[in-house]
Amino acid sequence: MELIIRDKIKQVKKGDHAAFEDIVMFYQDKIYQHCHRMLGNKHEAEDIAQEAFIRAYVNIHSYDERRKFSTWLYRIATNLTIDRLRKRKPDYYLDAEVKGTEGLDMYSQLAAEGRLPEDEIEGLELQNYIQKQIAELPPKYRSIIMLRYLEDFSLQEISEILDIPIGTVKTRIHRGREALRKKLRHV
Amino acid sequence: MDCNKEALELMHKHLDGDITREEESQLRNHLEVCVECQKHLHELKRTITLIQSAEKLNAPDNFAENLMQQLPVEKKHVKYLRWFKVHPILTAAAIFFIFMFTGLLSAFEQDSQLMVSNPENLIIEDNIVIVPEGVTVEGDLVVQNGNLKIDGNVDGNVTLINGKLVEEQGIDGSGLMADVGGVNGELKEVDRVFEWVWYNIQNLFKGIFSIE
Repeated sequence: MELIIRDKIKQVKKGDHAAFEDIVMFYQDKIYQHCHRMLGNKHEAEDIAQEAFIRAYVNIHSYDERRKFSTWLYRIATNLTIDRLRKRKPDYYLDAEVKGTEGLDMYSQLAAEGRLPEDEIEGLELQNYIQKQIAELPPKYRSIIMLRYLEDFSLQEISEILDIPIGTVKTRIHRGREALRKKLRHV
Repeated sequence: MDCNKEALELMHKHLDGDITREEESQLRNHLEVCVECQKHLHELKRTITLIQSAEKLNAPDNFAENLMQQLPVEKKHVKYLRWFKVHPILTAAAIFFIFMFTGLLSAFEQDSQLMVSNPENLIIEDNIVIVPEGVTVEGDLVVQNGNLKIDGNVDGNVTLINGKLVEEQGIDGSGLMADVGGVNGELKEVDRVFEWVWYNIQNLFKGIFSIE
């Protein structure tokens, strides 16, 4: 597959529009899924996935053919999703102090942790529950867990995609696994 | 072995495929005696399986189609620039020819004054260069922007640029003979731009390829 893609990229570099459509067809589901899991909604996911492909097309000449194309493409997509997450204005912070109270923050407004996770699952399908748990991880862990276990990149490749040292990738994947373990152990 | 530190570290190394043989046997020995860590590792492995079982999401229909319509149309100069980048040799050749032709043309325009390659012993009247009788020009003679009249002899090639050979209507046959016989080489007349350019190119290539 890598060989076919490599061929297509050469054609795109020569100005072949149609060859790029083939590349899009091949990667669209993966990139869309990645954006969806990072952003958590369809609308933004489609928006950012399209933007990622457009950037790849415009900058195709800066792509180094000795490296893996998927790594390069994911890097563009990940950077765009992270930018989008940063620009989002959170509706409220849990840490923020609630007006008119003294020292009470939003955590205190949340339901007490009396319910067992099992009860919570009841209404949700298992699939949805897992999705939700992944979605609730902080982005820096979420991206790595997804790249590793849903998109099958090696730790080295993840380090290239996110442009962080491999040691950091390892630390984050350990923490991400532990966090998910705590959430999914009762499933 | 400390469950929370060492064993946990080894478990994650094991999951990342980074574990050495020695560490692996350490971990195995520990797991045999520690139920807590066994459970922990099992939960971690199960978590990974659960993550991997997450439903695959597909891009919406017409994703590629919509995208292709959004692709920016290349601006012309980008297209040319890219072409230049892809064909560096042709680009270099094109630039070379542009400089060469502009050079030749500007040279052609500058050279509107009468020029004679070796004016010794020659008479110049108005626009006519005369090789007087009894005079022999040694070597080639080039006359630019003027006419040439040969009464004497030229011992070489004659080239006329933007000019003509003035033929003396001889009183007798010998005068006419002198005109033609006076040149002991080729006689060339060049009086049009393209011929002139062609002449220059020929000279250039002669210059390049003849090593004397």
